[in-house]
Amino acid sequence: MTAVTDRVAPGDRYGVRDLLAEAAAGVGARPGRLLLTILGTVLGIASVVVTVGLAQTAAVQINQQFDAVAATQAVASAATSPGRDGQERALARLPWDAAERAERIAGVEAAALVSEVDLAGADVSAVPVHDPSAPRTSAPPVLAAGPHALEALQGRLQQGRWFDAGHDARGDRVAVLGADAARRLGVQRVDRQPSVFVGDRAYQVVGIVDDVARRTDLLGAVILPTGTARADLGLAAADELHLHVAIGSGPVVGEQLPLALDPNEPDTFTVGVPPTTSRVRDSVQADVSTIFLALGGVALLVGGVGIANVTLLSVLERVGEIGLRRALGATRRQIAAQFVVESVVIGLLGGLVGAALGVAVVVVVSAAQSWTPILELGMVGLAVLAGGGIGLLAGLYPALKAASVEPIAALRGGV
Amino acid sequence: MTVLDLLGAAEEVHDRAPVVELRGVTRQFPGDPPVHALHPTDLTVRAGEYLSVVGPSGSGKSTLLHLLGLLDSPTDGEYLLDGRPTSGAGERERAALRATRIGFVFQAFHLLPHRTVLENVLLATVYSGVPRAERRERAVAALERVGLAHRLDFLPTVLSGGERQRTAVARAVVARPAVLLADEPTGNLDSASSESVLALFDELHAEGLTLLVITHDDEVSARAQRRVRIADGRLQEIA
Ligand SMILES: Nc1ncnc2c1ncn2[C@@H]1O[C@H](COP(=O)(O)OP(=O)(O)O)[C@@H](O)[C@H]1O
Ligand SMILES: [Mg+2]
Repeated sequence: MTAVTDRVAPGDRYGVRDLLAEAAAGVGARPGRLLLTILGTVLGIASVVVTVGLAQTAAVQINQQFDAVAATQAVASAATSPGRDGQERALARLPWDAAERAERIAGVEAAALVSEVDLAGADVSAVPVHDPSAPRTSAPPVLAAGPHALEALQGRLQQGRWFDAGHDARGDRVAVLGADAARRLGVQRVDRQPSVFVGDRAYQVVGIVDDVARRTDLLGAVILPTGTARADLGLAAADELHLHVAIGSGPVVGEQLPLALDPNEPDTFTVGVPPTTSRVRDSVQADVSTIFLALGGVALLVGGVGIANVTLLSVLERVGEIGLRRALGATRRQIAAQFVVESVVIGLLGGLVGAALGVAVVVVVSAAQSWTPILELGMVGLAVLAGGGIGLLAGLYPALKAASVEPIAALRGGV
Repeated sequence: MTVLDLLGAAEEVHDRAPVVELRGVTRQFPGDPPVHALHPTDLTVRAGEYLSVVGPSGSGKSTLLHLLGLLDSPTDGEYLLDGRPTSGAGERERAALRATRIGFVFQAFHLLPHRTVLENVLLATVYSGVPRAERRERAVAALERVGLAHRLDFLPTVLSGGERQRTAVARAVVARPAVLLADEPTGNLDSASSESVLALFDELHAEGLTLLVITHDDEVSARAQRRVRIADGRLQEIA
């Protein structure tokens, strides 16, 4: 008896092509109902895409606004106590090698001393000869900084470079100008090797810095290597140690830095480290995301039940068709497969429309907040597939129902 | 029909191979008391025969047709299709036999309302393994044969009853079955439409198709070459 099936060439048997064609025709038969059927899935997928998309977008905004500066910047200075004359007196001095000591701590990515230099009346100018007839302008302040100050303060050079450890160690007469100071001093190009004069000493300008995340007073100052300031200008003590630390390493750095600066008297330093990566805000955000994802999950569940419901309804309505197909030689398995595939197609359509809607919402909301919308493409594809998965699950029970339809009973009614 | 060509027109009917053969086939429906829808029945339909089964409502006609169409199984006895017993066949084998050896025509037409006439006929080729390249050609030929070449792209809902039933006949014969089983094919038709369907049956019979038509109508039954009466689940040949 198997001869009957064996006679037919495999390519001519009822196969995937026929299955897809029949399912597509079944799905397309009632476009109006199709819209209603996919509504739940559309809303569910859309809300998940919106939640994840906005979470990703917001996370990037928060990183840009807070993390890059607040969560990665630390500062240490000598502790002070009020002296007899009422002035604050430093209890200790930051060691001159404080930056090197700090950089040995895990989590510290760059460190540099920054100090104000007392000029004791010396002039700062771009010309060597003091011209008494020239209108007197207030000279830009002079700061001393370490070779890694650019990294430690997250600064950006407009031109040239920052001085290096060699300059610092040798006390070379080099300077970096803040962009505002450069403008005031009339220095435009560092490649012409201009000099600025502090008192009567010339310092070769090697770079111009036009942005820093902290200590924005750098932009208006002439910055010398700390070693140079000590040698030439009698810098007696460093004011602050600035650090750029890895996100989340604040507490560890806060604990270890005073010990690294002075193992015997760690209490003589105050260290300002980033608040513990704003755990509170993170957890609030996580809660919000969880709620939205849960809502999306509920919507998906409703969407799945919706598909299951309508597919079941369609099985009941199409009992006559099922009977006819069985009479024409369809097996139970072929009937079940058709309804599962129809349900998967409906789910995929819902996923597709939902993902598109979700992306649109993320883009519109981001535009309204002037954020950069961030959405991983893979996640959008995943959302579409999730729709198909929901369709698959939702279609299983109706498909079993369809497969169990008895052709005789089914054929008694009409199609 | 091909069988006829092979055997030659001169051959006597009773010499031809039986297409359908019932040996003591019985169908009881469980209940209290059980319903004897079909008492033990012997029936042989040979290739090229046009047989009608006539009887009043509730006499067991549909039960008989469902058994012959492998939509139902006998509670007792053996049914041979193309000379081979069917009692051992599983669900897949029975589906394959329905697809390739049997064509159905129903009183209620059973056309898919959202598919065109051509697509409805194509549906039968999908399950019966008609070579993919031939499906459309064969479906169009079948529709031409029943006089509906001008209605290929119409939806069944806009056709007359007679046209619908002729579409169903085209669907039933497109896979070249061994036997066409029709259950009250004219039950939903006016007399003119009935006549067009019955004329089509005459022509198909003349071309060698084996037909078994079930009806409660003596006039319809009279068109057949051989007639069997059924009453209370018992068959009786009409001389
Ligand atoms: N599934 C069933 N269960 C119980 N009785 C049935 C069933 N199908 C048919 N019958 C009974 O079998 C008898 C024959 O029915 P049927 O073959 O449909 O008659 P016909 O087609 O000649 O009108 C009737 O008495 C009917 O009630
Ligand atoms: Mg009946």
